[in-house]
Amino acid sequence: MNDAGSQSEVDPVTRFEGSLSVQTERSMTDPPEGDVVMTLREVAVAFGGRTAVRDVSFDVRAGEATALIGPSGSGKTTLLRALNRMHDAERSATVTGTVRLGDLDVYGSDTDPTLLRSRVGMVFQRPNPFPTMSIYDNAVAGLRFNGVRKKALLDEAAESALAAAALWDSVKDRLKAHGSTLSGGEQQRLCIARALAVEPEVLLMDEPTSALDPIATKRIEELVGELKDRVTIVIVTHNMQQAMRVSDRCAFLLMGEDKAGELIEFGPTAQLFSEPSDPRTLDYVNGRFG
Amino acid sequence: MTAILDSAVDPIVERRRAVQAAAASSLRRRKLGSMVALGICWLFLAIAIVPLVAVVVYVMAKGLPAWNTDFFTKSTTPEGVPGGGVWNAIVGTAVITTVATAVAVPLGLLCGLFLAESDGRAAQTLRFTADVMTGIPSITVGIFGYIAIVRNFGYSGLAGAFAVGFIMLPVIIRAGETAFRGVPRSLNEAAMALGARRATIARRVVVPTALPGVITGVLLAIARGLGETAPLLLTIFGNQYLQWNPTKPMSALPTLIYSYSSQPFADLVQVAWGAALLLMTVVLVLSIGSRLLAAYLQKERR
Repeated sequence: MNDAGSQSEVDPVTRFEGSLSVQTERSMTDPPEGDVVMTLREVAVAFGGRTAVRDVSFDVRAGEATALIGPSGSGKTTLLRALNRMHDAERSATVTGTVRLGDLDVYGSDTDPTLLRSRVGMVFQRPNPFPTMSIYDNAVAGLRFNGVRKKALLDEAAESALAAAALWDSVKDRLKAHGSTLSGGEQQRLCIARALAVEPEVLLMDEPTSALDPIATKRIEELVGELKDRVTIVIVTHNMQQAMRVSDRCAFLLMGEDKAGELIEFGPTAQLFSEPSDPRTLDYVNGRFG
Repeated sequence: MTAILDSAVDPIVERRRAVQAAAASSLRRRKLGSMVALGICWLFLAIAIVPLVAVVVYVMAKGLPAWNTDFFTKSTTPEGVPGGGVWNAIVGTAVITTVATAVAVPLGLLCGLFLAESDGRAAQTLRFTADVMTGIPSITVGIFGYIAIVRNFGYSGLAGAFAVGFIMLPVIIRAGETAFRGVPRSLNEAAMALGARRATIARRVVVPTALPGVITGVLLAIARGLGETAPLLLTIFGNQYLQWNPTKPMSALPTLIYSYSSQPFADLVQVAWGAALLLMTVVLVLSIGSRLLAAYLQKERR
């Protein structure tokens, strides 16, 4: 403990001058608190008895973007996939603790995972439009999967979702074209539209820009801000600047001694990046590791 | 200071020089070795292709003279009676293969889908069974068809279709499994995250995405079934006359080739050559066609 302490007091200011403007815009106070949409209590995920992430408790609030940050192996994606039961397909996976969506116990014995997933949508690391479907069919795929047949409703949802994903103007004249004719960034926005069309209450985004170039990344980040009124967002990112730009609250995860990820700190993004309560958070947001 | 640097760099420079000198001096030898290896590859390729081309050319030379309008429109005549064709055998093969395909394709593809989507004990047992079925000699399948069906219901096209379907089934199962497994997991997950059930995912995502591979596999299985002789020898009996009804004894191209080619009459041997050419052409068209179709379907969705 020589000069490390004083250095860590200086660094956040000098290193993240950019974040100062963010902080002043948000006036350093906590974001106004929306209703709690999802509750996580003591959530842990294990694969075949090996714990991948554990001891995660925080609330996801309506109208906000909550970011999960941390270095590789800290269990961000594993935790995210626990929120809409994507681990169900993996036989060795077990999820313990409590995840609630409103009044619904996500892992309750009478909770139908497919109905849950229509309320908690997901966007993946790589754009994955259905290659056999047109742009329109991709956009309404989730509705059709869930048994919606009414043409009027499909058309309406397609336009609304594509417009919300900032794609409508560029594709409205070629809705019959294949999804794979779009650029990578457009494909990812198509996947966002596809998830939005089901009108989920929560949208999980798993490093949605990791396969995209900087311009497409910027577009997606802007989109996250625009979508917050429509859907509550939980986003995984390994990019701290991205977390600062898009999120209202941040959960910082870190791999513990036994390779299992743990929640180190949860709080308003501005606070987490400027005056975190845990020294490990400070080291991470200052770029000393990870 | 320079001395320290020199002593640190010298061995590296020296080693670099040695490697480059060795590379230059052995260049001729290595080029020669490469050419010899390439030559051997071409030689074996030729050895593999020559018999194939020889068979095609020989069958064409022998079979083409047998082809005329009567050959494709008239039924076989008894020995010594001139004229006649193989229309009855064409119909028999078409009916038998159609029935076998109609049964084996849905069953095989459903099994393949199950194998691709499940990894439990049932799937392992099914996979093992399909592998064993692939290895069963086709004459054994014929004997099984004879004992199980012919002895109870008599000779019929259906008995032959059953035996041929038995041969086709494991081919379709494995081709289906491979095609369905080729569907990226990310598409499965995308559908899952939209709230789709497993059956919906299979029907709306997995099957359409795997379709080019499935079609190729099915066409190749049909091509395989067309040429099967042994399962038919003991089940369809053969029929000199035109027979569309699969519950009756039927003729088929492979069995006709088998029996006519060993006859002492030149005109019957001639008919056997013509039938062989016909069968070979259909199988070739199916094999090449399935590949072209798969390539076209793949390109279509780019």
